[in-house]
Amino acid sequence: MDERLGTALAVVIGVPGVLVGYIYLTELVLRFAPDRRRSAIRPWLWLLPALLFLFAFLIFPTILTILRSFQGAVAGAWVGLENYSWFFGSPDALISLRNSLMWVVFLTLFTVGLGLLIAVLVDRVRYESIAKSVIFVPLAISMTAAAVIWRFMFDYQSAGSAQTGTLNGILSAFGLGPISFLQVETLGLNTIFLVIVMAWMWTGFAMVILSAALKGISTELLEAARVDGATEWKVFRFIVFPLLLPTIAVVSTTIVITALKAFDIVYVMTNGNFGTQVIASQMIKESFIFGNFGHGSALAVILLLAIIPVMGVNISRFRAQEALR
Amino acid sequence: MTATPAIVQIPAERTSTGRLRRTAGRYGVHVVLAVLMIVWLLPTIGLLVNSLRNSSDIATSGWWTSLFPPKGLTLDSYAAVFSETDIASGFINSLFITIPATIIPIFVAAFAAYAFSWMNFPGRNLLFVAVVGLLVVPLQTTFIPILQVFGNLGIAGQFLSVWLAHTGYGLPFAIYLLRNFMGSLPKEVFESAYIDGASPVTAFFRLALPMTIPAIAALAIFQFLFVWNDLLVAYIYLGAVRPENLPMTVQISNLVSSQGAGWELLGPAAFISMALPLAVFFALQRYFVRGITGGAVKG
Repeated sequence: MDERLGTALAVVIGVPGVLVGYIYLTELVLRFAPDRRRSAIRPWLWLLPALLFLFAFLIFPTILTILRSFQGAVAGAWVGLENYSWFFGSPDALISLRNSLMWVVFLTLFTVGLGLLIAVLVDRVRYESIAKSVIFVPLAISMTAAAVIWRFMFDYQSAGSAQTGTLNGILSAFGLGPISFLQVETLGLNTIFLVIVMAWMWTGFAMVILSAALKGISTELLEAARVDGATEWKVFRFIVFPLLLPTIAVVSTTIVITALKAFDIVYVMTNGNFGTQVIASQMIKESFIFGNFGHGSALAVILLLAIIPVMGVNISRFRAQEALR
Repeated sequence: MTATPAIVQIPAERTSTGRLRRTAGRYGVHVVLAVLMIVWLLPTIGLLVNSLRNSSDIATSGWWTSLFPPKGLTLDSYAAVFSETDIASGFINSLFITIPATIIPIFVAAFAAYAFSWMNFPGRNLLFVAVVGLLVVPLQTTFIPILQVFGNLGIAGQFLSVWLAHTGYGLPFAIYLLRNFMGSLPKEVFESAYIDGASPVTAFFRLALPMTIPAIAALAIFQFLFVWNDLLVAYIYLGAVRPENLPMTVQISNLVSSQGAGWELLGPAAFISMALPLAVFFALQRYFVRGITGGAVKG
């Protein structure tokens, strides 16, 4: 077709070839190493490509960004904490902080709450797999496509003209006035409408994991409770829910991180207008639209700082699991 | 439960209110699920119908007005999106970006996962915990320095830049998933292979890799969807320098911001971009679900 095809083919065949060749090469090289050293050196040769990528694309840039956040718009001009005092002193920036918090709280509530409800309900019906697919499938599409889909849900025409958005169509059927959903800044409601789009995508994630955990609960235990006269609600409240709590915690940490990183939906649906900016999207705007890498780096560091506690939870849980291995 | 076990309790379903409640409960489940499924499908159905209407209909009436009875449905917008935008080349760009960016990290991660699972070296667990920690690093903290490095290397805007970046970004999850799976393979297999004189390379290619295929399939689907659906990485590394290399996601977001012009093109463009992920999803749903539950529950 064009030169791109040649390049792509070379990469698809060539790169795995190079990597496989590299591993064979390490064995050749190791023959020259003394016997005792061989098994000490080998793991590092196997890890080398991964470590290079992790250093080049995650660790090193993060360190540079932290340093950059103490410099002004011009690189090299050290300004101390000025970028951070700008953040905590600017009303716009504080709105993005509030919105990011709202994303964390509401996305977790919506996805885990609905995911749990659906997981429990589909467990009792014969069309379980179809119902799950319907809830789950939005996770496969891009946030960009989801944003386009929901723009037609939230679409607004001024009162009096025919509504073209699905939600306003439903409202007008009940004689209720059209709402310009994405522009309702009161109480940050428009941010909640954006969170709904993300919840539409991610509820399936929570549902699938919770459903898998639910299937792991012994049916004999539940039957015993039912025979003893426990109502379905009591079975859920006192047996199922406590047993699912560790899984709910796992799902929640993933969702919290997803919420903090959410960028695409805000960018495509409102571009951060009408007070819907979040830290992740404001970082992009400050850096690449306004060209202030100092502000941008500080925002990135704030985002990282918000995520570190979640990472701590992740790691301690991971270590606990490893101890059980 | 009362404190007087001697009194025989009437089971709930024997009483009339109990039966009513149970009947309501049985149908209630179906009603709630039906409502949820409709709520989940409605947004997509709306866009699908709108993508089959002409621009004046879209602007003046809701999509539901074209349904009962169906009227004015046409494929014009799909033809228009190909003739008026670069979506066809965007589709090919998305493929060019996604395929190498899926294959490279799988190999790199498989080597690392094997070292983490079946080789002993000091600091192994600490290093693996560090990789797990990197799972959550927001991409935002990496863009500015990497963009400058790409600029200095002269590869900014080229496909190579996003292949490398997606490999780096995808590695923590890839190593984590593959290591969890490889680490749970039976120890005896590797021990007997080593006794028989197999080298680590042979053990890896003949034993570990074939036995890890289910996890690799799950990982491939994940990485494929992640890269195909990515907007941000492509927007940052390709957008400013080489707009002709942009994938569909960035093209669609540009269509959205160019208000007014081409409202009717959004639906077809979105569906074209969704076609491949949906096909992958429905064909390989089993692996997809396994990847999610294996990555999050088993840990």
